Amino acid sequence: MTRPFTLLLAAAACAMSASVVSAADAVSMDDPNIAVDYEEGGRYFTEDGIPTFNVAEDGTVDWPTFSGFRRYHAECHVCHGPDGEGSTYAPALKDSALDMDYYDFVDVVVNGRQKVGAAENSVMPAFGTNPNVMCYLDDIYTYLKAHGSGAIGRGRPAQKEAKSETFSEMEDACMGS
Amino acid sequence: MKTLTLLTSGVALFAASFASANEDLMTQMDDASQWAIQTGDYANQRYSELDSINKDNVGDLQVAWTFSTGVLRGHEGSPLVVGDTMFVHTPFPNIVYALDLNEDGKIKWRYEPKQDPNVIPVMCCDTVNRGVAYADGKIFLHQADTKVVALDSETGEVLWEAVNGDPSKGETNTATVLPVKDKVIVGISGGEFGVRGSVTAYNMETGEQEWRAYSMGPDEDILVDPENTTHLGEPVGADSGTNTWEGDQWMIGGGTTWGWYSYDPEADLIYYGTGNPSTWNPAQRPGDNRWSMTVMARDPDDGMAKWFYQMTPHDEWDYDGINEMILTDQEMDGEMRQLLTHFDRNGLAYTMDRITGELLVAEKFDPVVNWTTGVDMDPASENYGRPAVVAEYSTEQNGEDVNSTGICPAALGTKDQQPASYSPKTELFYVPTNHVCMDYEPFRVSYTAGQPYVGATLAMYPAPDSHGGMGNFIAWDNINGEIKWSIPEQFSVWSGALATAGDVVFYGTLEGYLKAVDSETGDELYRFKTPSGIIGNVMTYEHGGKQYVGILSGVGGWAGIGLAAGLTNPNDGLGAVGGYSALSDYTALGGQLTVFALPD
Repeated sequence: MTRPFTLLLAAAACAMSASVVSAADAVSMDDPNIAVDYEEGGRYFTEDGIPTFNVAEDGTVDWPTFSGFRRYHAECHVCHGPDGEGSTYAPALKDSALDMDYYDFVDVVVNGRQKVGAAENSVMPAFGTNPNVMCYLDDIYTYLKAHGSGAIGRGRPAQKEAKSETFSEMEDACMGS
Repeated sequence: MKTLTLLTSGVALFAASFASANEDLMTQMDDASQWAIQTGDYANQRYSELDSINKDNVGDLQVAWTFSTGVLRGHEGSPLVVGDTMFVHTPFPNIVYALDLNEDGKIKWRYEPKQDPNVIPVMCCDTVNRGVAYADGKIFLHQADTKVVALDSETGEVLWEAVNGDPSKGETNTATVLPVKDKVIVGISGGEFGVRGSVTAYNMETGEQEWRAYSMGPDEDILVDPENTTHLGEPVGADSGTNTWEGDQWMIGGGTTWGWYSYDPEADLIYYGTGNPSTWNPAQRPGDNRWSMTVMARDPDDGMAKWFYQMTPHDEWDYDGINEMILTDQEMDGEMRQLLTHFDRNGLAYTMDRITGELLVAEKFDPVVNWTTGVDMDPASENYGRPAVVAEYSTEQNGEDVNSTGICPAALGTKDQQPASYSPKTELFYVPTNHVCMDYEPFRVSYTAGQPYVGATLAMYPAPDSHGGMGNFIAWDNINGEIKWSIPEQFSVWSGALATAGDVVFYGTLEGYLKAVDSETGDELYRFKTPSGIIGNVMTYEHGGKQYVGILSGVGGWAGIGLAAGLTNPNDGLGAVGGYSALSDYTALGGQLTVFALPD
């Protein structure tokens, strides 16, 4: 997918010296892949029905995005680094969440992916059977999208919306607790 | 030199019928011109008698030759040198090269196992491997997928193979193996996948399994004698591996065994530590969770445990107890003692009697350690040997879904596996350390075989109100429990140290520097920037009458995860974020061996 914001990067990159150029710095919150169209049971969606984040002016994040922060740092960060920033061997997921189509993103998490060759030994495992990931996949996705787009910074979001009843019910049903 | 090994000839003769491999390896290790075992010797001292490179001339060190391993990811461990051959290993796919030192490092043979790439993502924290072992004309490789392979050291021909675990359940390997007598002792990784840790002995000639000792479970699984196996001098009693667990949680209880093992030939005991209990959410596993987080002393012949000491009962912070046990004979209170010194992830350095398991010293080896006020050293106390936990930093007492902040050290510990060294000349330990703190929020997780089983979210950052860096390289006095000197480092020191009779201590840094310091003062004498960050261990050998120092570069491992993007303190204001430079501004991937020597 091409996105208009990637074209805006050149200027930002010049000021970043040795930092890796990422898609984050010029993302518009009006991007149709990001902009909130409606809310349902505490979760926010774009007009295409894709999960997205909602950050209030005072920095309060929606509960699912906060939940995604927690689950990311339990399940994903041992390879992909803190805050989705990438490690010496695994890609920065804060960028992948923006660069990849939602359905492609989900597909890689559920089924895994292998890039193995002479120069690369990169393997993403399949998490399809892991409730700690699958029950929170949309949360992790919106968290990474929120950080990748610059809507929230690194580290723990300071303020969050309360957990909705709908969220709790779905969580309990999914985790079997 | 090593009083320990000199005392062993009598014992070895006594057991001569089945001790030939043991004698072979001990002979090789006693020859200071070789580096015949990853740990320098059975005592894990990482000390060399070689002294032609010394504190007066080390500043003149030059690169003698280099070798690219052809693999990009994190390179831990070190090469071995036996005779005229150097053995170099790599991370996954675990290639082994035999280099002919008489022919400028020409490749005599290479061995590359075929492994299912699906093992890669089940390895926590990169695809590291801590190197091969040698004994009795064989090279032992313990692959990522837990296959143990014996190769003919002359030809690279496969002599036998044994499968130690099942990667589809999260069982993997990162560690080297320990050849003892007629056995090869191996461990297992996978504490973050709910693996039940074990140590297993294979027959050195045939590869047949001889015994396996689990870290928790029924007495027959953990190989204890309830009456004679002791914990701080008291019998452990029946069912000690299950009665501090709720229900069947011990079956996925962790306590994996991926550190550097040591062996005392005189006492005929092997020593190692067990890792964290699974999960990282302490509320899901009430009790002390024995025998996770435990120093273990076992008989290598049958695996029977002589004594245990659990350092961190009911872990709440992922302070694995796997770090190496360093064996020394030193005077303490006017008496010669057979000691074991251990620098734990939990930030405490322990000095113990290695024969009886008596606890002698337990002190913080980084002043920022704050989760405990210290260990109860009163043998009459009901809390004897237990660390007193500070409520503010207790993730158990604060509870599930609560973020406990400012805990020091972070989960990677004040020290991880990167091994320390000991100089009998100074009686000091040289310790690579981390200077990192964390926030830790545990929450409920469910177990699925072969899937991560973590249950906590962590944020890590440099120790606040300190020098701003994430590491220190320290000299430690294990008798008095004191830091002698401390060198601040910008990044965690993730490289194994080497002390020599030349009064020099070597270590590597994550930026890629090989550094040499004065063993007495810590003053820097030499540095050279290798092509990639160093997480390997420094080794030395002599060939053709000349001393060489070798180090693997190739950044990665645990250190490459957090540090590649830089660690930040989420509690700092925006101004501080980004103030900690990312490792990726200094180095990139690439496995290479660099060998140093003095100019002719």
